[in-house]
Amino acid sequence: MTTTETEPEQEEAQEERPIGFGRLLRKEDPRLIRGMGQFVDDISLPGMLHMAILRSPVAHARIVSIDKSAAEAHPNVVAVITGEDLAAQGLAWMPTLSNDVQAVLATDKVRFQHQEVAFVVATDHYSARDALELIEVDYDWLEPLVDVRTALDEDSPVIRDDLDNKTDNHIFDWETGDEAATDEVFERADVVVSEEIVYPRVHPAPMETCGCVADVERVSGQVTLWCTTQAPHAHRTVYALVAGLPEHKIRVIAPDIGGGFGNKVPIYPGYVCAIVASLVIGKPVKWMEDRTENLVSTGFARDYVMKADIAATNDGRILAIRTNVLADHGAFNGVAAPVKYPAGFFGVFTGSYDLEAAHAKMTAVYTNKAPGGVAYACSFRITEAVYLVERIVDCLAYELDMDPAELRLKNFIKPEQFPYETKTGWVYDSGDYEPAMRKAMDMAGYAELRREQAERRANGELMGIGVAFFTEAVGAGPRKDMDILGLGMADGCELRIHPTGKAVVRLSVKTQGQGHETTFAQIVAEEIGIPPEDIEVVHGDTDNTPFGLGTYGSRSTPVSGAAAAMVTRKVRDKAQIIASGMLEVSVADLEWSKGSFSVKGDPSKSVTIQEIAMRAHGAGDLPDGIEGGLEAQICYNPENLTYPFGAYICVVDVDPGTAVVKVRRFIAVDDCGTQINPMIIEGQVHGGLADGVGMAMMEIIAFDEDGNCMSSSLMDYLIPTALETPDWETGHTVTPSPHHPIGAKGIGESATVGSPPAIVNAIVDALKPYGIRHADMPLTPSRVWEAMQGNHTPPI
Amino acid sequence: MQVPAPIEYERATSVEHAIALRSQLGDEARFIAGGHSLLPMMKLRLANPTHLIDINDLNELFYIREADSEVRIGAMARHRDLLDSELLARHFPIFRDAERVIADPTVRNRGTLGGSLCQADPSEDLSAVCTAVDASCVITSSDGQRVVPMHAFHVGPYETAVANNEMLTEIRIPLRPGGGSAYQKVERRAGDWAVVSAGAAVWMDAGIIVDGRVGLAAVGPNTTSIQPVAEALAGAAPNEDLYQRVGEIAAGNCSPETDGRGTAAYKAHLAAELTRRALRTAVARAQGQET
Repeated sequence: MTTTETEPEQEEAQEERPIGFGRLLRKEDPRLIRGMGQFVDDISLPGMLHMAILRSPVAHARIVSIDKSAAEAHPNVVAVITGEDLAAQGLAWMPTLSNDVQAVLATDKVRFQHQEVAFVVATDHYSARDALELIEVDYDWLEPLVDVRTALDEDSPVIRDDLDNKTDNHIFDWETGDEAATDEVFERADVVVSEEIVYPRVHPAPMETCGCVADVERVSGQVTLWCTTQAPHAHRTVYALVAGLPEHKIRVIAPDIGGGFGNKVPIYPGYVCAIVASLVIGKPVKWMEDRTENLVSTGFARDYVMKADIAATNDGRILAIRTNVLADHGAFNGVAAPVKYPAGFFGVFTGSYDLEAAHAKMTAVYTNKAPGGVAYACSFRITEAVYLVERIVDCLAYELDMDPAELRLKNFIKPEQFPYETKTGWVYDSGDYEPAMRKAMDMAGYAELRREQAERRANGELMGIGVAFFTEAVGAGPRKDMDILGLGMADGCELRIHPTGKAVVRLSVKTQGQGHETTFAQIVAEEIGIPPEDIEVVHGDTDNTPFGLGTYGSRSTPVSGAAAAMVTRKVRDKAQIIASGMLEVSVADLEWSKGSFSVKGDPSKSVTIQEIAMRAHGAGDLPDGIEGGLEAQICYNPENLTYPFGAYICVVDVDPGTAVVKVRRFIAVDDCGTQINPMIIEGQVHGGLADGVGMAMMEIIAFDEDGNCMSSSLMDYLIPTALETPDWETGHTVTPSPHHPIGAKGIGESATVGSPPAIVNAIVDALKPYGIRHADMPLTPSRVWEAMQGNHTPPI
Repeated sequence: MQVPAPIEYERATSVEHAIALRSQLGDEARFIAGGHSLLPMMKLRLANPTHLIDINDLNELFYIREADSEVRIGAMARHRDLLDSELLARHFPIFRDAERVIADPTVRNRGTLGGSLCQADPSEDLSAVCTAVDASCVITSSDGQRVVPMHAFHVGPYETAVANNEMLTEIRIPLRPGGGSAYQKVERRAGDWAVVSAGAAVWMDAGIIVDGRVGLAAVGPNTTSIQPVAEALAGAAPNEDLYQRVGEIAAGNCSPETDGRGTAAYKAHLAAELTRRALRTAVARAQGQET
C-alpha cells in the first residue's frame, strides 16, 4: 500500500494547473508577495485609539502601590487601567485553556518578569508607550523560583498563593503505560541505558507578533475583534463562556496571519484588555505587542526535563522505554491541549518501535517564568516525545556499538501490524517504515558516508551522521476523547456551488501561512472537478464560517481537509440526482468522471458540474423531493488521529579547534499519506527543518538567577538564517490514512518534530571520539566545546 | 513595533555645522550615522538622547583613499564601502575578512566605520581590526584636529576619547612594506556579535616578523591591543611554535566573562585558537602565499 516515488523534487509548478491534487502555485501568494495582504496591524478604524501594556520589571514581587496620576495627566492619554480597576469589574483574572486562572493584570503579586501590570490607552502608539514610563509602581521584592528542579522543595517560594490552600508549586501528576510490566521488562533486560535529556524552553517567535483591534459598539453590544488567532471560533466561544458576552454579538476576525506555530492559539491578557478598553471608552482600540513583549510573555514551548531509560537485548532488540518528566509550566498553567491530555500527546514517546512495555510519569510545576507551553509546532508535546525516544535510541546504539540506522530498522513496527496499538494506547492508523528509512539512506548514500566518516576520524576530523525516525499523532481529534474547555474537536465545513459553476468553501480553520486557500480549493476540485481557481476559500471570520477549533497540531488537513472532502461528496451526491433528471436516467445508471456525470455505456450523454449547477439554480424541473440550490454543510468528527512519519538523516562537520558546527547535508523523507500539493508540503518541510536547526543549535529562552529573561530580543534569541541551513534534500513515500476520506495526514509539524533529534544525533556522533553519548540543546559552539572538555551541563 | 521616546532631530550640513550643533546641544545630543546600534538602543529605551544630529549628508566623510603613505578612511565610510574597497583589500585584507562577517548586507549598507568605533562596544569587530593595523583616529573640533592612536581612542566600554564638542572624522592607517593581515571570528549565527574574534597584522622583512599586532574582540576591556603579543612577535621567525606561544599570551591577557554566547573558558580557548589562525593567515599573506 505504500508507493515510493522518485520524481524530481525541484520541478517547476506544472504549467498545466491540476484540477485537484498536484503542484500548484499558491493562490494567496500574489497578494502576499506584493505587500497587499491585510494583517491585524493594517487595520485602522475611524477614531481608533492605541493601547500599550506596562509590564513587571521583576520575576516575583508583591505590588505595594501603583500611582497612575502622572500617566493620566499626559495630554494624549485617554485611560490608564490597573489590575485593581479590572478587579472592580471582576475581570482581573481569566481562565486558561488548562483549568487554571491567569491574571489579566496583576493585582496582588507579579509572578514572572514582564507580567502585565497596567495598560494605557492613548490617541497614538507613541504616546501610549511614553505614558507607561509615567506610571509609578512600588514593588516588594520576593524570592523568585527559577530552577525547575527546586520547584517542589519545601523551602521554595510558593508562587500561586492566589489559589485556595496552595502551599507548594505542584500543578499535576500524570502517567501513562504500565509501570509494573515495564519495570519487569527492565529487570530481565540484557542492557539498560539511562540518560537525562532536557528539551529547553524555546519560543515560536512568529514574524508577526500578537495583537488585536477591538471594537465594541455600545448601543448594540456588538463586539468585533480583529485578532492574531489561529482559532477564531474557539476564541469567540471562550469570550462568551468566560466573560458572559452573548456569543451572537461577538465576531472574531483573523485576517492574514504572519506565522503562528502555536503562539497564536491562547487568549492573551492584551486581547482582554483591548476589549475592556473599547467597552469602557466606546472607541476602537488597537493593541500590537512589540518583539520583546512577544518573546518574553507569550506562549513558549517545551521546557521538559526528561529522565529516560531504555531496555534492550544484547543483539539490539528494544524491549521497553520508561521516562520520568519534570515539566516547567511557568507562572500559570496555560497549556493548550485536549482536556484529558494534560501532557498533550506525549504518550507517543514509544516512537516507531514495537515494544513490550512502556511507562511515563510526569510532574508539572509552577515557576516564576512566562506561562504557556502551548505549542510551537509541537503537535501537543509530540516534539518532546519524539526527541526523547530518538535520543535515547541513539544512546542505546552507542552502548551496543550498533549502527543507529540498523538499530532502528531492526525494531520498527512492521507494516502488517497496522493498525498498531502502542503500549500507551495509541492506535497508529497506517505505516510502512522500512521503505522510508531505506529511501533516506539511499538518498544520503549512507554506507559511503560512514566510510567517509571513518577516514576523516582517522585524520582527526569530526564528521557526524545523525539519524532520526519519527511517528507523529496529528489531527485532534475524535470528540469522544478530545475537547478543549468542553468544545469538541470536530470541524464544520460549508460548500456552495454558484449558478455559473464557481464555488465558495467556508472553513473553520485558519491559515497562518500554510496555504489553505490553495490546498482546500484543491481538495474540493479533486472531488467535484471545478478548477481550483474557480473556488474561493473563506476562512478566519466567525460570522462567515462554520464552527471548528482552529489550526494547530497539524490538524487542518486531517480534520478540516476531511470535512472539505466530505462536504464536497455530499454536494456531488445531490448533483448526481439532478444529473439523473437532466439525462433522464436513474441515479444508478450514472458514472462520475472528474467534473461530469455520464450515462454508463454512453459517454456521449453527459452533463458537467457547471451545467448541473445552473440547473440547480435555474427554472427547469428538478427530480422529485430535490430542493433548488447546490450546497451543503457538514461537521466532520475524525475517527482517529492520523500518524504521519518520516526518516531524517543529517550530516555535520565540527571544527575541532573552535567547536563550530556546520550542517553539511540534511535528507528528509516524509510520509504524510496522500499528497494534496507536493510543493506546499515541501515548503512546510523546509520551514520545519530550519526550525529544527534553530532549536538544536541556537534557540533558548534563558533566565538568570533572578528570573530575568535573557532572550528578550532577536539579538539574544537567535533564529537561523540561510547561512546556517543546507540545501534540503527532500523525498517522500505515500502511505494513505485508512480512515481519512482522501487518505491524507498532517504535515505541518513533521519536520519541526523530526529534525532536532537528527541534528543532535549528528553532532553527538561527530563527538564520538571524545566519548560523548549525549549533549543537550542548544548546541552552540560553546556548549559543544564544553562537552568536548567533559564539562557538559544541561541548559537549565 | 518598538518606539523610542520623543527626540529632537537636526540634520547637519557640514562637519563644522555638526560640531557646532553638538557643542550647542550638549551631553544628551548624539550623532547619528548608520544608526544600527543607536536606533535599536533608543527603541528599547536603553538610550534616550534628547537630540539626534544626523550626519548622513556629510559627503566629505565618505572616502577611502591613499595619501601620504597612509590609507585614509572617512568616518562615514559604510561597511559596504570597506568590503568593496580594492585599495583596502590590497593593503589590509583584514577589512574584507571582517566585513564579510559583520552583521548582514542590510546593516552593512548603512553602518559606518566611524559609528562602529564610536559605539565602542567591546564585542565590535572594527576596533580590533583598526588596532591590529595600527590605525589612528582624527578627531575634529572647532579648534582644529588631533590625532589619537587606536589604543588611546577607547577609554572603556562604550567610552571614547571624543569629547562632546568633537567629532571623529577620519581613520588613518600607515602603509608599510611587507604587511599581511587577517581576521577570524566565531559567532553563534551569521550576523550575531562575535563570541570571540581576533585580528592579526604582521610586517615582515626577509622572513622575519619586524612588527606584529593582535587585537581581540568580546573578551573584556583592553584587548584590542595586547602589548606582550607585540613583544613576542617583534623579530620572531614565523612558525607553529610561535603561533602557539602567541595564542597562549593572547588568552592570558584577556578577561572574558561567561554569558549567553559562551563560557569564559571557551572564550579564552578561542582567543588562543583564533589568534593562531589569524596569525597563520596574516603571515601567509605577508609572504604572498595567500590572498
